[in-house]
Amino acid sequence: MGKIVLKSVRKSFGDVDVIPSVDLTIDNGDFVVFVGPSGCGKSTLLRLIAGLEDTTSGIIEIDGKDATSLPPAKRGLAMVFQSYALYPHMTVRKNIMFPLKMAGMEIGEATKRADEAAKVLNLTNYMERKPGQLSGGQRQRVAIGRAIVREPAAFLFDEPLSNLDAALRVNMRQEITELHQQLKTTMIYVTHDQVEAMTMADKIVVLNAGRIEQVGSPMVLYEHPANTFVAGFIGSPKMNLITGAEASKLGATTIGIRPEHLDVVSEGGWTGVVGLSEHLGSDTFLKVSTDAVGTINVRAGGEVQLRHGDKIRLAPQPSKIHRFGADGKAMA
Amino acid sequence: MARSTTKTSKSLVTIAAWTIGFLIFFPILWIVLMSFHTEGDAIKSPFQMLASKWTFESYEAVQTQRGYGKFFMNSVVISVGSTVFALIIGIPAAWSMAFVPGKKTKDVLMWMLSTKMMPAVGVLIPMYLGFKNLGLLDTRTGLVAIMTLINLPLVIWMLYTYFKEIPGEILEAARMDGATLWSEIFYVLTPMAIPGIASTLLLNVILAWNEAFWTLQLTTQAAAPLTQFIASFSAPEGLFYAKLSAASTMAIAPILIMGWFSQKQLVRGLTFGAVK
Repeated sequence: MGKIVLKSVRKSFGDVDVIPSVDLTIDNGDFVVFVGPSGCGKSTLLRLIAGLEDTTSGIIEIDGKDATSLPPAKRGLAMVFQSYALYPHMTVRKNIMFPLKMAGMEIGEATKRADEAAKVLNLTNYMERKPGQLSGGQRQRVAIGRAIVREPAAFLFDEPLSNLDAALRVNMRQEITELHQQLKTTMIYVTHDQVEAMTMADKIVVLNAGRIEQVGSPMVLYEHPANTFVAGFIGSPKMNLITGAEASKLGATTIGIRPEHLDVVSEGGWTGVVGLSEHLGSDTFLKVSTDAVGTINVRAGGEVQLRHGDKIRLAPQPSKIHRFGADGKAMA
Repeated sequence: MARSTTKTSKSLVTIAAWTIGFLIFFPILWIVLMSFHTEGDAIKSPFQMLASKWTFESYEAVQTQRGYGKFFMNSVVISVGSTVFALIIGIPAAWSMAFVPGKKTKDVLMWMLSTKMMPAVGVLIPMYLGFKNLGLLDTRTGLVAIMTLINLPLVIWMLYTYFKEIPGEILEAARMDGATLWSEIFYVLTPMAIPGIASTLLLNVILAWNEAFWTLQLTTQAAAPLTQFIASFSAPEGLFYAKLSAASTMAIAPILIMGWFSQKQLVRGLTFGAVK
């Protein structure tokens, strides 16, 4: 079991409201990603759930029980930290066994469980090493191993891949996703990297200034952003948000067009000049200065051979235009 | 050109360092050499660094007159005992100040340090009367208690500095792993802070071993440590330089040997956190 419910959870540091009020339900077995820019309160929210920070007000329920005032150890959750937070004076085996030792488990059983976790995470050959003798990826695996052995109600990940290099990050991302499919335990994952959010999550929670902007599956957020913040935050390259006359024509204050929903046409559309052209092989990313709507990002096919200074015409796909009102919210 | 300048300045610095080192070491050398003089040679004028006749007679004399063993044992009990108690109190205190500081933590730390700035003689009378009323005069218990209290601010300050270097996330991980406060301190914090704790321990033993003011004021016989042993040779009937030197050499030798063997640890501990 691992259902977590937040009811009007608020957190202030002095006079500053970091989390004004959050209501959220995380179902058992969900892989939920908290995403948002730096300082949006995503890590604070995770720490509130973990019990490492006290809530100012509100209720946190874990599996139907009020856990608001329970200490971290009593919540039945396991956490993986950005800095790995391994015990440097203990071997990998002792690190993994530590939570079991704290739970008073008999040493034989604890060793067996640690060995099983090590097998799952390919750590069997490193059990007698100290964390200092491991690479970043191996350390993160040990941290995950330490979390797995407890068989927690839910796993909490606080930007666990931020300290890894790009290639390793992709590998670990896949490993964590596979682990979730294997264990089917609730996972809450904090990241500022929207690619991680899109690829890993069953459900994404987009946070901004301590408020939840939208909750939904990655594709729902991508295809139906609730407001301009989510529209601009989810997707890479970013969605083009256009105001002014072109938006008014469609009865909106702002219109949003994803870079891949702009077609290069021979007639009509917005005229512009290619500023920057990035050929990635599979795609071509263009930055185009137009007279009508300013500078916009375009994602064209890999075969497009446009260069800096080329004149082009761009037309948005009408069915893919997102309309937002004066309050920034999506219009029906 | 640049290279030769560097070489010259390096030589000058080396000479200066050796000179300063020698000047600091000189009193100890003087005492050690003096302890091998006869009493007659010791008071000769002009003063001779090297004895005309090397002898152990002063060592024999001080041992027969006073008995070194009892004083030595008292010094060991007082310095080690007070250090153990200071660490038992200091580790949790430093933990709370480093990891769960309150609004007044900095003030408390400064207040503790300020007690070290007060001249000890200022509180001699109340302390003496207090000790007398509690029956602690000339007892090892009394001395252990006062040495613990005297060095506690320094112990807490040193431990606090070391603990601040330990990432809070590791302790949070321990909390998430089910550690209680005490298991967090015992299994995670203390082993990680071993270099810092060891140098605090060593420094505290040295300070307690060398402390002379309170040990001379509050002891006479039963709990008298090596500081009393030295002082007892500075008698009203005159100074016996050779015996005084022999007593001093015997008193400082254990701590000097300990310091020599632990210097690596001491330097490592005292510069801990200076460079990340």
